[in-house]
Amino acid sequence: MTLLNQFIEWLDNYWPHWASYLTSAIVGVLIVVIFVILGIIVVILTERRLLGRFQVRLGPNRVGPEGIFQAFADAVKVLTKEDIVPKAADHWVHWLAPVISFIPVIMVFAVVPVASGAIFADLNVGVLYLAAVSSLSVLGMFMAGWGSNNKYSLVAALRSVSQMVGYELPIVFALLAVVAAAGSMSLNRIVEAQSAAPFFLLQPLGFIIYFIASLAEINRSPFDLLEADSEIVAGVHTEYSGMKFAMFYLGEYGHAFGASCIIATLFLGGWQGPFLPGFFWFLIKGFVVFFLMIWVRATLPRVRVDQLTAIGWKLLLPLSIFNLLIVALEQIFWPGMFPWLLIGVNLLAGLALILLVGRAVTIRGGRVEV
Amino acid sequence: MSLQTQELLLNVGPQHPSTHGVARFRVWLDGEVVTNLEVVVGYLHRGIEKLAETRTYTQVIPLTDRLDYLCSITNNLAYCLAVEKLAGVKVPERAEYIRVIMSELQRVASHLMSVGFLLNELGAYFTPIIYCFRDREKIVDLFEMVSGQRMMYTYLRVGGVSQDLPEEFIPAVKRLIVDLRKAVDEYEALLSGNEILLARMKGVGVLSPELAVNASASGPVLRASGIKWDIRRAEPYSIYDRFKFDIPTAKNGDCYDRYWVRIEEMKQSLNIVEQALRDLPGGEIRSEVPALIRPPKGDVYRHIEAPRGDLGFYIVSDGSIAPYRIHIKPPTLINLTTMKDLCVGWKIADFIVIFGSIDVVLGEMDR
Repeated sequence: MTLLNQFIEWLDNYWPHWASYLTSAIVGVLIVVIFVILGIIVVILTERRLLGRFQVRLGPNRVGPEGIFQAFADAVKVLTKEDIVPKAADHWVHWLAPVISFIPVIMVFAVVPVASGAIFADLNVGVLYLAAVSSLSVLGMFMAGWGSNNKYSLVAALRSVSQMVGYELPIVFALLAVVAAAGSMSLNRIVEAQSAAPFFLLQPLGFIIYFIASLAEINRSPFDLLEADSEIVAGVHTEYSGMKFAMFYLGEYGHAFGASCIIATLFLGGWQGPFLPGFFWFLIKGFVVFFLMIWVRATLPRVRVDQLTAIGWKLLLPLSIFNLLIVALEQIFWPGMFPWLLIGVNLLAGLALILLVGRAVTIRGGRVEV
Repeated sequence: MSLQTQELLLNVGPQHPSTHGVARFRVWLDGEVVTNLEVVVGYLHRGIEKLAETRTYTQVIPLTDRLDYLCSITNNLAYCLAVEKLAGVKVPERAEYIRVIMSELQRVASHLMSVGFLLNELGAYFTPIIYCFRDREKIVDLFEMVSGQRMMYTYLRVGGVSQDLPEEFIPAVKRLIVDLRKAVDEYEALLSGNEILLARMKGVGVLSPELAVNASASGPVLRASGIKWDIRRAEPYSIYDRFKFDIPTAKNGDCYDRYWVRIEEMKQSLNIVEQALRDLPGGEIRSEVPALIRPPKGDVYRHIEAPRGDLGFYIVSDGSIAPYRIHIKPPTLINLTTMKDLCVGWKIADFIVIFGSIDVVLGEMDR
């Protein structure tokens, strides 16, 4: 019984059922949107401040105490900027692209349980929905790159497709392992299945694969090839300005926030935790994952495009298949096994597999004869 | 309908995040692969050589600052050495030591920038470059203490240096050397063994020793290809024959080696500074030179090992107070002529990294 259903039942006392259903849907959507927007604002500020600390500087700290209103100042700036559309751009595609890349961000949160019962739609195919929706944003990216009629954007658009295709598979296989262990595709059930031990302990390999593949999926360093500013200027958003650029910017951080929350849900036990209310545990876990992403961004250089696809196809895909195999076998032969033993076995197996596959494949790539 | 493919001509620069200013390349791409490349120079041409003809010999010194603005001291040094040879001016012992200390510190500052920008072009989101700026800042602070300027020092003069070192300079340099050694070790810990960095730079953009010599490349670019040639050792100028230092060379001539050579050179420069501080004598800092220098008729060429390579000044005098002609041989322009050979067959991302590893400064390239 989710909170939303309780709300509908309470409304039914006053209105016909269709009215309460509609009201609850609108209220639910509003709450999700507000949660996502607020989350993005907090995430942007966190990233900028933390990057500042990593880089021996302060980060934005002028607007409001500790710079907490920086995002609002940026929003005002961006809203008042001129919207420039290149003459040769495909206007409709150019206009639609930021919208299409931003909407999946909000859609993703529909199936994420932020606290016990606090979920907008407790789909029984939640994981499938996640995989489908989170890969939609590539469409927006490609449209932006194609519609801008800019050569840098075009290169980035082509990169985006190869990147998404290459990393969608490991993500799905890692998700399948989680589903196999939890016995359900509903995210609520997956969270409940982690009451004994969170999945990042039970499936350390799956967690690593999912984390790395997520970084590629949401275009974060070291896989930020779509907007590799040192190579292709700003990638797909070279030709965007004003609010359209802000949509991309929000979308990017929204994806990062969404991916953090999903990892927290799938692998860190979601809202479960002692003492504090579930919502706080959810946020804490989400931000721990996001902190990891910032840390990676502040430390690592970017990989090259052929290395990116090589990592996806040669390294992560075999690893994720092995991971699924191990988890499935364990589910068949050792159901209800003492979790600590499983953790030990899976840790060792994951380590051995990473070493083995890592030795077997070459990532670096060389010169192409032309 | 049949699909066709064609090469994409991409114009990189003059306005681009990683062209170190206003370099421009015309790059022909087959997908991501560079098939042809053309360097277009001249966007920062300010006519420094021509301007120099209208100034007295001393007034040219500020112009030389503006050549390679990341290592002004060595530009000053090359010019002053040339004029001194032309006019037959002797330089006091103390001034020579001060010049060496300053130019080696300048080399460290310049290599810090080079490494930082290279890492930025590799996509390490500003962290290494800000670390490098942090450490360069300490050197720049010392330069400010000595010359009053933070970038365009105009510190050297024909026949010496403009002013003596302040009292607090020497203890500050000693502290700085300790700090910088720690910092260089920190970079190595953070960067040199990084798997992504190795994958991006090892074997990428190999400059063969033959091509390096034929293209008359110099500086770290040449030494990374395995040729042990450093003007400080080959034709010692100033007092470089008095110091013990190694010339770091590498074997492969790839981007990683060029990066590595710079890191090692920083360590060697710190050693030289240490030795120079130890031996620093007292005495005059400038010999008696008339305000308007009138060198005898004739011409002279002096070159030095600037941080980016072989920086040469060719000066023709007609016996008047202004040089008749000055020609500057910029190391980076010559190193950049190898660009096409290095880049063809590599991807766009590699082309940017190769360009970064050659390390150009446009102020010097275009003059």
